[in-house]
Amino acid sequence: MEAQAIFETLKGKFGDAVVELQGEGFSPAFVVVAPGAVKEVSRFLKEDPALSFDALMCLSGVDYKEKFAVAYHLHSLKHRHAIGMKAFLPRETPSLPTVDDVWPAANFQEREAFDLFGIVFEGSKDLRRILLPEDWEGHPLRKDYKYPDFYHGIKV
Amino acid sequence: MSSDPAHGTPPGTPAASAGPAVTGPEAHVMVGNADLFVNWARKSSLWYLLFATACCGIELMQAGASRYDMDRFGAVFRATPRQSDLMLVAGTITHKMAERVKRLYDQMPEPKYVIAMGSCANTGGPFFKDSYCVVKGVDLVIPVDVFIPGCPPRPEALIDGIMRLQKIIMQKKNYGAKA
Repeated sequence: MEAQAIFETLKGKFGDAVVELQGEGFSPAFVVVAPGAVKEVSRFLKEDPALSFDALMCLSGVDYKEKFAVAYHLHSLKHRHAIGMKAFLPRETPSLPTVDDVWPAANFQEREAFDLFGIVFEGSKDLRRILLPEDWEGHPLRKDYKYPDFYHGIKV
Repeated sequence: MSSDPAHGTPPGTPAASAGPAVTGPEAHVMVGNADLFVNWARKSSLWYLLFATACCGIELMQAGASRYDMDRFGAVFRATPRQSDLMLVAGTITHKMAERVKRLYDQMPEPKYVIAMGSCANTGGPFFKDSYCVVKGVDLVIPVDVFIPGCPPRPEALIDGIMRLQKIIMQKKNYGAKA
C-alpha cells in the first residue's frame, strides 16, 4: 500500500488525531500523529490485515529546539511496505504512551530515547536508563545539555 | 665420549686427584645481580589481561595470533586480572567503564604494568572534543607505563610498546638501598 493510501485509511479511522502526511523529502513518508493517539494508531497499524506493520524497525527521538519528536519506522514483512509515524511533543513535558505492548522490541529503544532525550513513555514495562550510568544527571542529546565538569572524580 | 688417555681428559672434567672444583660449570654457585635476574624473569613473562573495549582489541588479537606471535616475548593472554602482570587497555574507555577499569587494575597482583593502546586510551582520540561519555585518556583513571599511538596501532607498534615496557622493567631497582 502506498503512503497516501495508508494516510487516508488512518485519517478515515482516527480523524483529527492524524494530523498530516510528510511525503516530500521523506523516505518512507511520515504520518504525523497526535501524541495521545500513538498507542491506538500503532495497534491499528499492526493488527489491521491490510496494513499489518509487524516490524518496528526504529524508534528515535529528535530535538527540534522548540519541541521534541518521536519517530517510528515501521515495516510490514507480509505486504512489504513501509511507513513512518511521528509525534511532536512539547519541550516542557515530553511524554507520550508507550508502544512496548504493541511491539515488544520498542522497550529498549524507548529506554534509549528516555536516557538520551528525557522523553517519558507512559505505561512502559521498564523505563530505566539503558546506556548511561544510573546516577547520570541530565539527558546528553538534548540541544541545551550542559556538560558536567567531573563524573565520579574524573574530568569529563 | 670415552676417556682416552691419548687425547687427554675432556675439558671441564676435573681430574680425579684435583679435589673438589670451585669454578666452572661444576661450581653450583652463580654470583650476579639480583635485580637483573628478577627483572629478566618479569620482563620475560608479561602475561597480559585480555581487556579489549573497542577496535584496538582486533589488533591485539592479531598481535597475539600466529603471524605476529607475542608469545615469543613471553606475553600470553589471561582471562582474569588475578593472573595478569600487564593490563593492555585496548580501546575506548567510557565513564561507565572507568570504574570497572579501576577495579580490574586493583585486582591485579603487584608488580603490575599498564600499556595504553591507541588514541582512545591515550587521549580520548576521536572523542576528545564534545563527548560527554568518553574518558579523555586512561591515565586519568590508572597509572600508565607506555602509551602506543595509532588508531588503531599495527601489531608491530604494539610489539614495540611491549619491548619498550621490557626495557623499563629492566631498569627497575627492587633490592638494596633505595637512592
